[in-house]
Amino acid sequence: MATTFTVNGRSESVDLPPDMPLLWALRDGLNLTGTKYGCGVAACGACTVQVNGEAVRSCQTPLGDVEGATITTIEGLGTPQALHAVQSAWIDLQVAQCGYCQSGQIMQAASLLAANPAPTDAQIDAAMDGNLCRCGTYPRIRAAVQLAAQKLQEA
Amino acid sequence: MSRLGTIARRSFLIGSAAIVAGTAFGWYKYRRPYPNPIAGSGLATLTPYVLIETTGVTIIAPRAEMGQGIHSTLAALVAEELDMAWEDVTIIQGPAAHAYYNGAALQDGVPFAPTDESWTANTLRGAMQVPAKFFGLQITGGSSSVPDGFDKMRAAGAVARVALIGAAARRLGLDPAQLKTDAGAVVAPDGTRLPYTDLAVEAASVDLPDVPPLRDKSQWKILGKPLARKDVPGKSTGTAIFTGDLRLPGMKFATVRTNPGLGGAMTSYDASAAETMPGVEKIIALPDGVAVVASNTWLANQAADAILFDWAAAPYRATSAEMGADLAAALTPDAQDAQGRDDGDVDTALTATPTLEADYVVPYLAHATMEPMSAVAWLHDGKLEIWTGTQAPGLAQSAAAEIAGLETEMVEVHTQLMGGGFGRRAEVDVASQATRIAMAMAGTPVLLSWTREEDMTHDMYRPMAMGRVRATVVDASIAAFDFATASSSTIASMAGRLGYPSIGPDGTILQGAWEQPYAFPNYRVTGYRAPAGVPVGFWRSVGASQNAFFQESAVDELAHLAGVDPMLFRMRQISHLPSIKVLETVAEMSSWGTTPPNRARGVAFCLSFGVPVAEVIEVESTDTGIRLTGAWIAADVGTALDPLNIEAQLSGAMIYGLSAAMTGEITFTDGRVDQQNFWDYEPMRLHQCPPITVRVLENGGHIRGVGEPGTPPAAPALANAIFALTGDRHRRLPLKHAVSFA
Repeated sequence: MATTFTVNGRSESVDLPPDMPLLWALRDGLNLTGTKYGCGVAACGACTVQVNGEAVRSCQTPLGDVEGATITTIEGLGTPQALHAVQSAWIDLQVAQCGYCQSGQIMQAASLLAANPAPTDAQIDAAMDGNLCRCGTYPRIRAAVQLAAQKLQEA
Repeated sequence: MSRLGTIARRSFLIGSAAIVAGTAFGWYKYRRPYPNPIAGSGLATLTPYVLIETTGVTIIAPRAEMGQGIHSTLAALVAEELDMAWEDVTIIQGPAAHAYYNGAALQDGVPFAPTDESWTANTLRGAMQVPAKFFGLQITGGSSSVPDGFDKMRAAGAVARVALIGAAARRLGLDPAQLKTDAGAVVAPDGTRLPYTDLAVEAASVDLPDVPPLRDKSQWKILGKPLARKDVPGKSTGTAIFTGDLRLPGMKFATVRTNPGLGGAMTSYDASAAETMPGVEKIIALPDGVAVVASNTWLANQAADAILFDWAAAPYRATSAEMGADLAAALTPDAQDAQGRDDGDVDTALTATPTLEADYVVPYLAHATMEPMSAVAWLHDGKLEIWTGTQAPGLAQSAAAEIAGLETEMVEVHTQLMGGGFGRRAEVDVASQATRIAMAMAGTPVLLSWTREEDMTHDMYRPMAMGRVRATVVDASIAAFDFATASSSTIASMAGRLGYPSIGPDGTILQGAWEQPYAFPNYRVTGYRAPAGVPVGFWRSVGASQNAFFQESAVDELAHLAGVDPMLFRMRQISHLPSIKVLETVAEMSSWGTTPPNRARGVAFCLSFGVPVAEVIEVESTDTGIRLTGAWIAADVGTALDPLNIEAQLSGAMIYGLSAAMTGEITFTDGRVDQQNFWDYEPMRLHQCPPITVRVLENGGHIRGVGEPGTPPAAPALANAIFALTGDRHRRLPLKHAVSFA
């Protein structure tokens, strides 16, 4: 049975099992590979995407649950030619090391800033706590969320 | 025994190679006897590192990018000498080729401390270039890429620049001395600019100089300043391509389940349910498990979970407790592996009742890279192509060729970006599995992706290790320090997996212990080898990761017993000036001695991979547990090429070490790893990360790499801070068993 939803502004219909996690439908079904697999159990945040504006772990979101939903992945947040403020802040501060977790970090940060344009340090820590990074980019992630907040306010 | 005699016993690779090398001291030359892997195609390939085409200039990075920023740093070395604008530089990953041997990877294997600048020490370090070339080792690891590339890459840029000037001089009928270069163009006296891209074809026929004319550091325009890494935009927009992101025509998706008793065989399996599941293409028996190929990764995993297995038992002890007992039993003369140093007369100097007698223990650790292991393999037209994130493409190529029964030249390894390496991707297990899958799926490219659980339970772990220190303090200083350290052998374990013999001691057991610049008058460091068993491998900073915890915990204990400030205690007993300087610097940065109320600080020092590093950690007691409130790092890298990236590497390495110290632990039950995923092997999370201040010093002489040296001092600095806060000394990691963290 096909599931239909909007992803990055395009309407897509995928004929994959409804219990398949959205992560794999995006990656293997639609070749949207910017969203990463890290743990499969919502423990690392590498697979974070926005469903109807809210950050969710796509590895724990069954495809059947997103029928009719509006989904944004890292590829839809901004592009190298037209960066989202969060991506721009991430580049300015040279956050990424291996980069594997950063799609999820950026989607989580974008979601935080959409809901709370001026988060405190404690609010940033709380919002970003589910996103693991093994390279240890945390100090720059904190700084980049603050910088992105500034950029969004100035925009 | 002569010191040369001990070389052969330091470790198998170094030892046998040092004999082969004899007295042939390897001076670096840029025109190697190896064929240039990028030559041909009518392009100007001046060296294996620079490709000039009419469409642009490309710099070939011979090392793999796993987050350490090495592609950009190596390219910047070329760009500096070539006189390119950084924004015009394109970087590609070099193929697996002998020309890209890593001469610095083995240099730490010489039996001289990195602080030993004697003629003998330096010539033997130079001699290590010969075995590296002999083996064609294209390794990314050991914090060696920068020391290896520093001269090679600059020379590549410099000779390319000479060739381009020569081509321009010929075309313009001018003397080369009249020409200058600027931002990717040769500039004539009248201001005419000839872009390098216009000179590509002519430059190829210009004779290259024997001695590359390198610029003085004072003239650097790109190096020594924060660099915008070329890989960062892709990694911030989801457009960077990792192994699992490749999509080849007709590609299928696979996963594996192998014996959780590591090294054990598969006795039998029943895939009858899995075979009939939708999307399943093929089920392939492997020597130690099964691969499932399907139309997507999720279906492959669904089917793999439906297979019933009968596994043979693991060929080692069943439980961590038994392994720990074996480890403790290894601290006997019978199991002595090598003695790193024996200064003075330790036995006499140790009084009948030493000031301190203590045992320290650390567990097995997983690498837990964010990207689980993966590889694409495709057998077609008589050749095998493999795409994988690998720190050792040559080893992957050889392993795959042997499995596939192909000549090595018929196996092409495309090194991919790595979602973390930390030593894990020096292994060839996933490339070998992908090869077997490709052979069963001839003609079809297949992406093999491990689950997190497979990755966590099938690592080559940092060994469990134990340190025993007996020491005496006289007049507020350490008079005798007897340090015994035991673990199983990483070198022997890895060599065994690759089918090489392992002869002689393993230098990694003593790494970060024997070569420390302490000047204790009676000072002995002895390595002991625990029985082989669980597969062990290179884990960020290798032996220094455990030995710094043992030694720096003990030194801290002795400082407190002596009634001396732990920072001062270290400074007074270290003889190496750059090492003293990092302690002075970290003391100044952290305003050591002025700790805010309710908080306490610990310091630790370790010289590893030639880099002296001092770290201070500050902790606070809160209602929800101990919180890390500050961290300071001072490190001496000799020459800093990209200070911003060095800051990232040092803080990241410290966080990696803190994660391990706080919670990292792999345990065994019934011969199987207990931990499965990030919920039971949980690294540090953002809220636990303290603000980190880094200062990079350049007093140390040789240029050094910094991927690893930030890790070793982290665990002891934290344990020492917790002692200062609570009075409780923790000699066993991870700390979570004794301490509650906020």
